[in-house]
Amino acid sequence: MDGMHDMGGRQGFGPVRYQPNAPVFHEDWECRVNALYGHAVRLGLFTMDAYRHAIERMAPRHYMTASYYERTLTSLATLLVEKGVVTRNELEAAAGGAFPLAAPSAPGRSNLTPNYRFQSGELVQVRNVDFAGHTRLPSYIRGKRGVVVRETLAYPFPDAHAHGVVAQDEPTYDVAFRAEDLWPNDSDPATVHVGVFQSYLMPAGEVARGS
Amino acid sequence: MDNSEISGGRVADVINRAAAVEALMEERGMEPAAAIARGVQSAEEDWVPRNGARIVAKAWTDPEFRQRLLTDGKAAAAELGFSMPAHHRFLVALENTVDLHNVIVCTLCSCTAFTIIGLPPDWYKDLEYRARVVRQSRTVLREMGLDLPQSTQIKVWDTTTDTRYMVIPVQPPETLGWPEEKLVEIVTKDSMIGVSRLPGT
Repeated sequence: MDGMHDMGGRQGFGPVRYQPNAPVFHEDWECRVNALYGHAVRLGLFTMDAYRHAIERMAPRHYMTASYYERTLTSLATLLVEKGVVTRNELEAAAGGAFPLAAPSAPGRSNLTPNYRFQSGELVQVRNVDFAGHTRLPSYIRGKRGVVVRETLAYPFPDAHAHGVVAQDEPTYDVAFRAEDLWPNDSDPATVHVGVFQSYLMPAGEVARGS
Repeated sequence: MDNSEISGGRVADVINRAAAVEALMEERGMEPAAAIARGVQSAEEDWVPRNGARIVAKAWTDPEFRQRLLTDGKAAAAELGFSMPAHHRFLVALENTVDLHNVIVCTLCSCTAFTIIGLPPDWYKDLEYRARVVRQSRTVLREMGLDLPQSTQIKVWDTTTDTRYMVIPVQPPETLGWPEEKLVEIVTKDSMIGVSRLPGT
């Protein structure tokens, strides 16, 4: 989905709020919530992809203002409700106030076809396909060309895995893009390496025939 | 922060919302207390940047280990007793040189090799870093205190699959010949993310 979480290349942001050797946690509840969502994953209540997608489904206004662990908490609570473990009313009664949750999910999708296998050194084009569900295709590479550095491991296809849709595990590729190609005339020269699922790619020679 | 307009009613404080989830998980028999105890211990004692520092120090002093690390980071980490979650199927070690600088980000969320280099700090998960470091890498690094020469090439690694990354920083020349145990002390989490270099490099 073209959500608020898809931050790569967005403009208008100021300096990174950097503090060398910054602490990971600030308050007790943050570490507890971090442990609880991991526990729910280990119990098999939901996958990491589903967890990530529930964060992405937060109202943009909420996403932008919530701290990182508030996003974790919101995802965990949303999925507990969606899986039928608790109700929103129970959460709000226990919390003593409103408990904002993420918006409902759009349907997932299985592996895209045709599905090509790529070689190191091959010029590839990222498919330009819109999709409202979970995806690990950052929008800043959509429709762009890069070079396959090498094939990397196969993983569950996130666009399916977050939604409980059946799909094959897919090879991923280390694809190198030039920042100058991603944002012509308005970027610092660099190579940007992105891990790209096979479904998201097509041979660059296929471009003329569309996506 | 005031979230009061998000869902209409007055939003419960985040501490109370967290406590509500914990209480309801307890009520459902999910045994959250034990999970929290384990999770807190892992975060504080197990998932620490010293793990990555030990890997780096070993790579600096043992050329054969360095080669195994560059070939299969997860297996090399396991040699030293460091594990990764099952869904992190691979660890890529990215070696900095004088002419090449690697830096890691997750533009979509917060993915890191957290069992190896430690859980990510706030700034790594914040909007500014995720939005800007892919597009304005040299500028962002300079703003963060790392002013790289124009001759140094930059590679930015966006963690979009469950393959994980760690940066092997350049060893400071004055530390050549130091024992591994002493080298471990100088390697920082930020240098393994790639937003800083070690002194003298």
